[in-house]
Amino acid sequence: MKARAFSYFRAATIDQALDAHARAGDGACFIAGGQSLVPALSLRLQAPRLLIDITHISELRGVRREGGYLRIGALTRHCEMLSEPLIAEFAPLLHAAAPFVAHPAIRNRGTFGGSVAQADPASEFPAMTLALDAEIEIVGPSGSRRVKADDFFVDLFETALQPGELITAVFVPLFKADQRFAFDELARRRGDYALVGCGMLATCTGERIDDIRISFFSVGNTPTRVKGTEATLIGSSLGTERIAAAQAALEGDLTPPDSDEVPPAMRLHLARVLLGRMLGRLGAGG
Amino acid sequence: MSGFDRSLLDDADETVRVRFTVNGRKVACEVAPRETLVDCLRNALELTGTHAGCEMGACGACLVQLDGQAVHACLMFAVQADGARIDTIEGLTESGVIADLQAEFHRRNALQCGFCTPGMLVNAHELLSQVTRPSRKDIRDALSGNYCRCTGYEAIVDAIDAVAKARSESGGVT
Repeated sequence: MKARAFSYFRAATIDQALDAHARAGDGACFIAGGQSLVPALSLRLQAPRLLIDITHISELRGVRREGGYLRIGALTRHCEMLSEPLIAEFAPLLHAAAPFVAHPAIRNRGTFGGSVAQADPASEFPAMTLALDAEIEIVGPSGSRRVKADDFFVDLFETALQPGELITAVFVPLFKADQRFAFDELARRRGDYALVGCGMLATCTGERIDDIRISFFSVGNTPTRVKGTEATLIGSSLGTERIAAAQAALEGDLTPPDSDEVPPAMRLHLARVLLGRMLGRLGAGG
Repeated sequence: MSGFDRSLLDDADETVRVRFTVNGRKVACEVAPRETLVDCLRNALELTGTHAGCEMGACGACLVQLDGQAVHACLMFAVQADGARIDTIEGLTESGVIADLQAEFHRRNALQCGFCTPGMLVNAHELLSQVTRPSRKDIRDALSGNYCRCTGYEAIVDAIDAVAKARSESGGVT
């Protein structure tokens, strides 16, 4: 299938992009990397009258330290999550997740901000913003605001973004010396969407876990933090029994949807297996 | 000051003029905004080495190099590529940069119908320009976005592996 006819406007600045959207009203759509949007247009799941290309807006580029955060410009491409030294040093969980995002050619064009905005519940990066306690910077007709990742993902492909709003950057708290992280996913074939995937970030004193955030993807309508499971892990070290308790707690946190391919019980089982493996690695030093 | 003209909205699917450098030559063509890059390359520029397969970014038959990086020509509109440098399988062939890969694919029969081959070569070219001596696992990982429905990949992986070895033994780029 081919996309329905639309007009195209290449914006040079954020103001131009917002202005074009405001003038076009409901019929406009922003495009950045387009690696999810173009198939959606081809399938006519979306049929905008106007496509506003934001790829050339330099204000949306760049990765830099800002206060206690790493500011990752929305147009940072997935391949840059692998090659950018600041990401490897200060957001190593994102660096670890990046090779699992689709295939190399998709990573050459897909953007970090676009992935977060798309909020695909099976995508790696939206879930990682939850594990990292990231903040999403949004700009729109009424100005700029920052939304915690915990409040950003509302429902299936639905986020706190309002029509006409753009993600400008994602702010990730800088990785600290007393933190450990882990990322993994189970997929039938490398690059496919995961059957279940997970990322976690723990703050430790020696072997004791003071704080941990664990986020799953491909297990529901949104990326999912497992707060009950997190609570079982805080205040002690990661022994076999503690890991088993966390695995048991997962049932209270996850309600995988029914699907022909993967029954909920199987997905929950895979989530338990993955959690056990990852906590084992985290206990051994991450 | 905005560059947006409201009359654009009345002109949906009017063609617009785009310019790119394709295989080292500057070209201009008229495209509808909804025309994908792969359709533009094949239909307007008659560069039919780039194949349209799944048109969803899954099969990799449409890979081209955009400003030196492999991208799916089905996952972008031609109008987005305005001003870019595009190298298709035809250009890579003419320049000779993948001659050894092509010879090895030929020698090892790393294709049957050949539909996936242009994308495989673009991908292999990118991999070998980034990683001098990839393992077979690295090669398989890099090819994970390229479907071959005939050969089962073994000969393709063999061919890329052999070229990687030959290039590293001859001290780099051939």
